[in-house]
Amino acid sequence: MNIALEILLSVLIITGALFTFIGSLGLARLRDFYTRLHGPTKGTTLGVGCLLIASSIFFSTQGDGFSIHEILITFFLFITAPISAHLLAKSALHLKVDSLVPLPDEAIARKNSQHKPYQSLD
Amino acid sequence: MQRLLPHPLLTIILAIIWLLLNNSIAPGQITLGLLLGWAIPFFALQFWPTKLKVHKPLTLLKFSYILLYDIIEANFIVALRILGKPEKLRPAFIVVPIDLNSDFAMSILANTSCLTPGSLSALLAPDRKSILMHAMDVEDVDVFIHTIKTRYEQPLKEIFEE
Amino acid sequence: MMEIAIHIAFILVSAALALNAWRLLKGPSTPDRILALDTLYINTIALLVLFGIHINSMVYFEAALLIALMGFVGTIAMCKYLLRGDIIE
Repeated sequence: MNIALEILLSVLIITGALFTFIGSLGLARLRDFYTRLHGPTKGTTLGVGCLLIASSIFFSTQGDGFSIHEILITFFLFITAPISAHLLAKSALHLKVDSLVPLPDEAIARKNSQHKPYQSLD
Repeated sequence: MQRLLPHPLLTIILAIIWLLLNNSIAPGQITLGLLLGWAIPFFALQFWPTKLKVHKPLTLLKFSYILLYDIIEANFIVALRILGKPEKLRPAFIVVPIDLNSDFAMSILANTSCLTPGSLSALLAPDRKSILMHAMDVEDVDVFIHTIKTRYEQPLKEIFEE
Repeated sequence: MMEIAIHIAFILVSAALALNAWRLLKGPSTPDRILALDTLYINTIALLVLFGIHINSMVYFEAALLIALMGFVGTIAMCKYLLRGDIIE
């Protein structure tokens, strides 16, 4: 393995791990649920994405052909992270979890939690 | 045509996913992938009640580029805020009015706002005229709404609605 | 050099897992715990991928993919339960 590739891989791995760590640090450190939600959805997703790309490059240069199936997990994470965050925020509003700022108008939350047969954002 | 190949785009995407899963581009796998991609949409048709039309492919490319840039920028911003003092953050719930009609464009807007700096979609209003968002650190609410509307909603409106 | 990078990354990801576990135990609300669990899944994927690079083997890919899929489904199911009091209506 040549040295440029090794530096690239090391940088990707360290960046990925650092972002993963910072995302979890946000989860542990911030003060209310709604701000805590931001750390994992953004930091951790990109961090794991970096690690997966590093893995893809690493196995592609090992000599047994290309390995791009890690891209699948990366895409999957990027598609699902906002959905989990949206649903978590929704259920937290439904349960009226405490927040540093006043919760928004109750009418919106209550109306929206009623049963509807088809709702695109669910 | 419509009956034999109900969803061409889904067929191609499913074939690509099959190839990625198997991590190979052997002719046999391509055939099998296309076959699966042709068969599965018949069972999944009812999940696609409306037909999706992309009006401006170039705008879509530009939008994807903006999005990719924003995701990376957002990560650095969020990382700095997490490492900074938590007491200094100014979180807020913001109601962003939207005037998109199609369900798909709306869900894309809600999803992209989650991956971009400091915002998170939380609720869709029952009348589908506004999205409730939570921002991590917001200085000016009007600027925040303006950014969402011009940067993400406008291109989406151009792409999926005329 | 890459070995050192991988070892540093192992330490960082393990610390992240510990922080998640702390939040999972501490709570204080149910959505907090679900969020901690979700982050735990994603960090486990990171750990598996790192281990795969470390021992130079691709067998862990399938495990990582399964964790990603099941983690997402689990999070959605728990959120649905909180929202509606029922998973399958």
